[in-house]
Amino acid sequence: MSALLEVRGISVSFDGFRAINNLSFAIGAAELRAVIGPNGAGKTTFMDIVTGKTRPDSGDVIFGDPPRSLLRMTEAQIARAGVGRKFQRPTVFEDQTVGANLMMALRAPRNPFAVLRFRATDGHHARVVELAAEVGLADHLHRIAGELSHGQKQWLEIGMLLAQEPRLLLVDEPAAGMTLAEREHTTTLLTRLAQTRAVVVVEHDMEFVRRLDCRVTVLHEGAVLAEGSLDHVTADRQVIDVYLGRG
Amino acid sequence: MRRSTVIFIAALAVFVAVITVMAGAGMISTSFVKTLGMTLCLCLAAVAMDLVWGYAGILSLGHMAFFALGGYMIGMWLMYARTEAIVIEALSGQPLPATPEEIRQGIGNQIFGVIGTSDIPWVWGFAHSLPLQLLLVVLVPGVLAGLFAWLAFRSRVTGVYLSILTQAGTLALALHLFQNDSGLRGNNGLSGLQNLPGVSASQDATSLWLFWASALALAAGYLLAAWVVGGKFGSVIRAIRDDEQRVRFLGYPVEGFKLFVFTLTAVIAAIAGALYYPQAGIINPAEMMPIASIYLAVWVAIGGRGRLYGAVIGAAVVSLLSSWFTGGRAPSIPLGFYTIDWVDWWQVLLGLVFVLVTLLAPRGIGGLFK
Repeated sequence: MSALLEVRGISVSFDGFRAINNLSFAIGAAELRAVIGPNGAGKTTFMDIVTGKTRPDSGDVIFGDPPRSLLRMTEAQIARAGVGRKFQRPTVFEDQTVGANLMMALRAPRNPFAVLRFRATDGHHARVVELAAEVGLADHLHRIAGELSHGQKQWLEIGMLLAQEPRLLLVDEPAAGMTLAEREHTTTLLTRLAQTRAVVVVEHDMEFVRRLDCRVTVLHEGAVLAEGSLDHVTADRQVIDVYLGRG
Repeated sequence: MRRSTVIFIAALAVFVAVITVMAGAGMISTSFVKTLGMTLCLCLAAVAMDLVWGYAGILSLGHMAFFALGGYMIGMWLMYARTEAIVIEALSGQPLPATPEEIRQGIGNQIFGVIGTSDIPWVWGFAHSLPLQLLLVVLVPGVLAGLFAWLAFRSRVTGVYLSILTQAGTLALALHLFQNDSGLRGNNGLSGLQNLPGVSASQDATSLWLFWASALALAAGYLLAAWVVGGKFGSVIRAIRDDEQRVRFLGYPVEGFKLFVFTLTAVIAAIAGALYYPQAGIINPAEMMPIASIYLAVWVAIGGRGRLYGAVIGAAVVSLLSSWFTGGRAPSIPLGFYTIDWVDWWQVLLGLVFVLVTLLAPRGIGGLFK
């Protein structure tokens, strides 16, 4: 299996604290992966590095085909190269309609002059409607995003990520604050997404990870502690000690 | 086109027609026509401020510096060309025709005698030519704004830090112009700008021309701003205002967008200034002090951020009220033990209104229309 994203021995410290310690990680082109670990294990820093928000002190991050290093690219360039990120707190543009949010995310030239000249075609509108339907917001296209429920905002954000057509999707705690029904919907969405692209889900909630039914990477103190199926890692002595044991 | 844009343009057209008729009938004075024309220029500057602050979330406290720079650029031509005509006229009585060198010296003496020199500084190199100086109206503020924006946004300076930086830059520019060796006549500034060179028409006529030009510029600026904010570009800059990091993760080059908006609005402000000062007649560096830009932000806040007509209403209402109160025409209020003299107390009242609007009606006057 050739990897879509390959993280090679990255380390990063903040004021002497080693947030990431010689971490290596790889994910294939169409794979769902859960990343778990206790607070401070480096899950968010890992995402920050891949998306260009934080620069590692050493190591390399290789992405795509042909493989390119992401370390010299800005956040926006990385996003355009095909890395999408969903934040823990749903971050949609609350002042604007669901349709406008999706239209903004839709794959199209991103430079100011191209955006200034941009006029939405019927094709663009149809795609927005299609995306809204896919995430269950078909009836809410003209609503202001700020009025949506927490779960709906999460889906809108996932819809925006779909509109970007990323090849790698990083999802931070998607189940946080969701009702049971919303969780089920989210699980279905994520597994379906992973059929055509790589999806990395950072999650705290074991029960939700079990639903995802995928390979699991356990992080601890900025490095990989264990990797394998959920049953495999939860049986690992070290994992039980550092993570589950604190339960 | 949005309905509010159509209504605004129609209202502006009616206003211009009414004022033109009233001025023609002698019902309003020339100086009042000038005041109205200047107010339209301030409204245009407010549209620019709304675009950069209300929509893109960049609280610039320096946009009136670009306004004043636009005024200086056109003022240099106005003053040079008019002085040139006067000098040629004065020298024409001599038996020998005046040499270009003599004319140049005469112009230098006339313009720069007040700061004790007769040398024409290099910055006046293009002042003889209207087209070149008009180009500078756009280029000087545009390049300055672009350079500032590139440096500031590239280093990800945002929020209050950016506001402080714009204010510091504005103050530095004003202090520089206060010096005689800035080449722009120091604190004397440029004067006599109300006289259009080569035009023999009366002030009654020219004040109306400039009023029409100001109205036209406001209409064009408003339409441009409405077009910019109407489409996806407007969506993106409002998104940048609300969460710029998220916009980066959508793949948009946030810095490029901010630079574009900052520079575009600086140029709009400069054009407004270039139309304002021929009506004001005089410009000096005090016009550029940060307080002017702070007023601009206050007008937009009172009028309603994120609504173009709100900015226009705010600028028109507050600036006209301001000149009424500070012009000494507002009746003083005797309290027996103290008399409220509006020339001094207007700023207190304005400050109070600003605080009340911020607390009670954050969407401003424009928000009441929705």
